[in-house]
Amino acid sequence: MTPSATPATASPAGRAAPARRSRLLLAAAAAAVLALSACGGDSDADENGASGGGEDVTLTVLAAASLTDVFDAAGEVYEEEHPGTTLRFSYGGSQDLVAQIRQGAPADVLATASTETMESLAGQTDAPETFARNALTIVTPPDNPGQVASLADLADPGLRLVLAAEDVPAGHYGREILDRQHLEVSPDSEETDVRSVLSKVQLGEADAGLVYTTDAIAAGEDSVRAVPIPEDQNITAAYPAAALTGSEHHDAAAEFVAWLLSDEAQGLLRDAGFQAP
Amino acid sequence: MRRRPPLTLLLPALAGAAFLLVPLLGVLADAPWGDLAGRLADPGVRQALGLSLRVSFLALLVSLAFGVPLAWLLARVDFPGKAVLRSLVLLPMVLPPTVAGIALLQGLGRRGLLGGVLESLGVTLPFSTAGAVVAAVFVAMPFLVISLEGALAGLDPVFEEAAATMGAGPLRTLWSVTLPMTMPSLAAGAALCWARALGEFGATITFAGNLPGTTQTLPLHVYLLLQRDPAGATAVSLLLVAVAVAVLFALRGRWLGTARPAPRRAAAPGRAPRPRRERAS
Repeated sequence: MTPSATPATASPAGRAAPARRSRLLLAAAAAAVLALSACGGDSDADENGASGGGEDVTLTVLAAASLTDVFDAAGEVYEEEHPGTTLRFSYGGSQDLVAQIRQGAPADVLATASTETMESLAGQTDAPETFARNALTIVTPPDNPGQVASLADLADPGLRLVLAAEDVPAGHYGREILDRQHLEVSPDSEETDVRSVLSKVQLGEADAGLVYTTDAIAAGEDSVRAVPIPEDQNITAAYPAAALTGSEHHDAAAEFVAWLLSDEAQGLLRDAGFQAP
Repeated sequence: MRRRPPLTLLLPALAGAAFLLVPLLGVLADAPWGDLAGRLADPGVRQALGLSLRVSFLALLVSLAFGVPLAWLLARVDFPGKAVLRSLVLLPMVLPPTVAGIALLQGLGRRGLLGGVLESLGVTLPFSTAGAVVAAVFVAMPFLVISLEGALAGLDPVFEEAAATMGAGPLRTLWSVTLPMTMPSLAAGAALCWARALGEFGATITFAGNLPGTTQTLPLHVYLLLQRDPAGATAVSLLLVAVAVAVLFALRGRWLGTARPAPRRAAAPGRAPRPRRERAS
């Protein structure tokens, strides 16, 4: 074996260093490629990890911002009961989520705060199931600096009012409620999802905002005051969910959507203030 | 003798260049070329563009007013805590813009540190065009300060000393000697500052909110447009890419590495190019 080792030792020292350096570079490049593929490939890893029992899947659930707290809690329960299933939630304005799916975002389940946004994806989803309903409420900072007591008070031009943008379901419902009362309002900002409206009120930057009753409950009485809207002036939003036809784990996605109508999930939704579908 | 660049460097370099190029090609490929003028003439786009121009130029003016003295202070005056101040100036460049927006709310919002003071003066920044300008200044001014400070530090003090011996006060010296001599860097810093202000998104939407005509600048508009009208969003993106390219073109001498005599410092002996080590072969 000695002869084969000779050429290596015989090669000039000056060449050995660059060779080692380029090997290092190659290793660095390989590491970079591995790092990149690791970022995108966790679902593959999960599939490969499937053994004997159930198949490991990760479901990506795009959900309306108003579902943030309740879905986080429901997700933990669901994962406990369905070992091998991991849920990843991405929250945003429903219209934003729909836009993401149109642009090809890989997702398995979509849950929106309006049937219209869901229907705008017709053909890319299974038949949607309405799993909850929600009403709107006025919220103000706890000390209610704008002295808001009713919808009519929102028309005060000096009031710092924040609504969700027209394309956001909560913004659409909010404007409809105000229109029905023939109230002209001039919002100071049109936020891109309902939770941004809530946070502007929580921070005290806005004197009032229109959000879902569940958002006010999730925020807690210490951080916002809810000024209820009378039932005959209010609007009830329907929340549909559907598995996406393009999902790689379509059956698991459909199973999660069906679970949302189970007594257990409905109990969690009711606790968070959502109404029965 | 020209050496062939080693493949182990060339391939990742090309991959890196392609990675930067492909998304821009995507915008070009997807742009609604036939309808471009119509898309850009859309009233919503025109309103957002007008507001963006107003906000970004105001941000540039404010940045010049505060940034030039700040750069001068960092380059010309020795004081304790200078490194801390320089880090403070750099911070917004590396801070996530949304965090900048939250920080602005906590500092200058209605319930922020100075909120009470501002309110007693009748100033409320959130949800106002002034708030959008403040957000843009916060993230963009560092580009001006850093650019100018580098140039000031590279300027031989003999010119300023000569002006002083001829009886010019510090302000006169700054105005008639220092600034003209650093004009290229000042212009480059101003262009970068303006471009950053024009592109500002995260701090604006967090701190100033989103209202057409008041705080909805072009980047906010394009973000919302993507949800409603993806082709329109691509058209506006193309416009913003064109603006960015124009800024780089205007800066071509300074940032694109073409030959231009470096400031005098480069001639200092310590900076002399090191002789290249020859490969043994």
